[in-house]
Amino acid sequence: MATTVPETSVAGANVAVKERAAQTERLTKLVPDKVHTWPYLVRLEMLVGTAVMAFMTLWSIVVDAPLEEPANPTKTPNPSKAPWYFLGLQEILVYFDPWFAGVVLPALIIVGLMVIPYVDINPKGNGYYCFKDRWFAISTFLFGFLVLWIVLIIMGTFIRGPGWYLFLPGQFWDVHKTVAITNVNWNEFFGLRGEPWQTILGLGSVVVWLVVLPAAYWKTQYKKSETLQKLGAVRYWLTAFLFMTMMGTVVKVVLRLALSIKYIWMGPYNFNI
Amino acid sequence: MAEQKKGWFDVVKSSYVWKSVFRHEYQDTYRNRVLQVSSNVFLHLHPTKIRRHALRLRFTWCMGGITFLLFLILVVTGIILMFYYRPTGEYAYHDMKYLQFDVPFGMIMRNMHRWGAHAMVIAVWLHMFRVFMTGSYKPPREFNWVIGVNLLVMTLMLSFTGYLLPWDQLSIWAVTVGTNMGRATPVLGHEGPFADLVGVNARYDARALLTAGRLISPATLLRFYVLHCIFIPLIAAVLMIVHFWRVRKDGGISGPL
Repeated sequence: MATTVPETSVAGANVAVKERAAQTERLTKLVPDKVHTWPYLVRLEMLVGTAVMAFMTLWSIVVDAPLEEPANPTKTPNPSKAPWYFLGLQEILVYFDPWFAGVVLPALIIVGLMVIPYVDINPKGNGYYCFKDRWFAISTFLFGFLVLWIVLIIMGTFIRGPGWYLFLPGQFWDVHKTVAITNVNWNEFFGLRGEPWQTILGLGSVVVWLVVLPAAYWKTQYKKSETLQKLGAVRYWLTAFLFMTMMGTVVKVVLRLALSIKYIWMGPYNFNI
Repeated sequence: MAEQKKGWFDVVKSSYVWKSVFRHEYQDTYRNRVLQVSSNVFLHLHPTKIRRHALRLRFTWCMGGITFLLFLILVVTGIILMFYYRPTGEYAYHDMKYLQFDVPFGMIMRNMHRWGAHAMVIAVWLHMFRVFMTGSYKPPREFNWVIGVNLLVMTLMLSFTGYLLPWDQLSIWAVTVGTNMGRATPVLGHEGPFADLVGVNARYDARALLTAGRLISPATLLRFYVLHCIFIPLIAAVLMIVHFWRVRKDGGISGPL
């Protein structure tokens, strides 16, 4: 650090420019991995800051912010879209009830992001780019970031039209478009109506997905996997719950699109999954 | 200094007032480079020396800094917009038109505020992406990542509350779609699971707290305005102070150990 460097009592106009440069050079070499913030970093910040401000100014001159008709609570536009950064969640609303898509899932995303440093105990890859040393962490994050966030936002922004139906880019947005809803619940898909099938298949599938599968993995892999041993039960179950919830969301989307499944489980008090 | 002929600038620089403001010379010496940073309240956010790779844009993407710059741009343009905008049902939309057609530079201020907000959301995401990819949330920076996630949420909340303020069809319906989620909150929303157990209704539930009533109304507008201009920026500012301070305390920018 700078404090270990002897003070340059000669800093002043009397020292020749060359001599000063040489001195700076010599003192800088005492800590070879480091450079002075002034001028190197400040200079860079200045350049980048200027570029950003120039870009923002140009953008603001060229493109006007949208302003539609005055707010009218009696006239609902079709489609009504949330701000673009929430359109991924609005897209999930197609496949899940609002309590999950609009409240629990966003909360789990936030909590899930916050616990990342506490469940990822892999010491490798700290402070540099590397895929090999932490392939699981990076793959999971990329899947969530690119697929569940970016792709869904693009879908919600560009190919969802009136009635929140799918329209290809350039296709006419027909406000009278209807699609017959033929969705059935998970137990009905197997021709098993009502109770007890609803609970057995519905709740059963959820429990298998969130509890049995992670437990089976833990049980079979624990002795072989050093990672699992280091991770410990608490961190494992936290990770497993968040990971399986994320993947389960995708599974439900696929089940809806491929097999027209409405709910996996219709629980009590509208607790439908 | 005595031998040289003094110019007018030297006279100014040797004055009592000048010396009370600037504590050191400007010449490019090791000592001045350090003082330039450590004796300046704004620059001393930085350490006096940084690791060489911290200069590489390929490593940092500069996205944290750009996010902060965009926040400052939004503060400045936002304050200017506040001079002309009244958050009431009668005036809000008219003031938008006023800004657009009558206020000198009103339109460019509004444009920069809106596009800056979008850019900030993107910049925060890219910053988070970069920090994840370099594994910079790992020890000792675990908690700073948590602060960062909270700042991401604050950014989205700022953007969302600001979305209502133009009081046009776009804003009222986007916010309707967004806040409708509130009534599906388990237990606390009147249409959510387990709502019957608590007895919440449309007038008294999570959504009504957010929107000041059952509908998006001028009361919502005022509520979002206060959240947007005072409450959330204050929280975000406090979180930013902690975020930046901890970057320093956790050993500066991350890098190979």
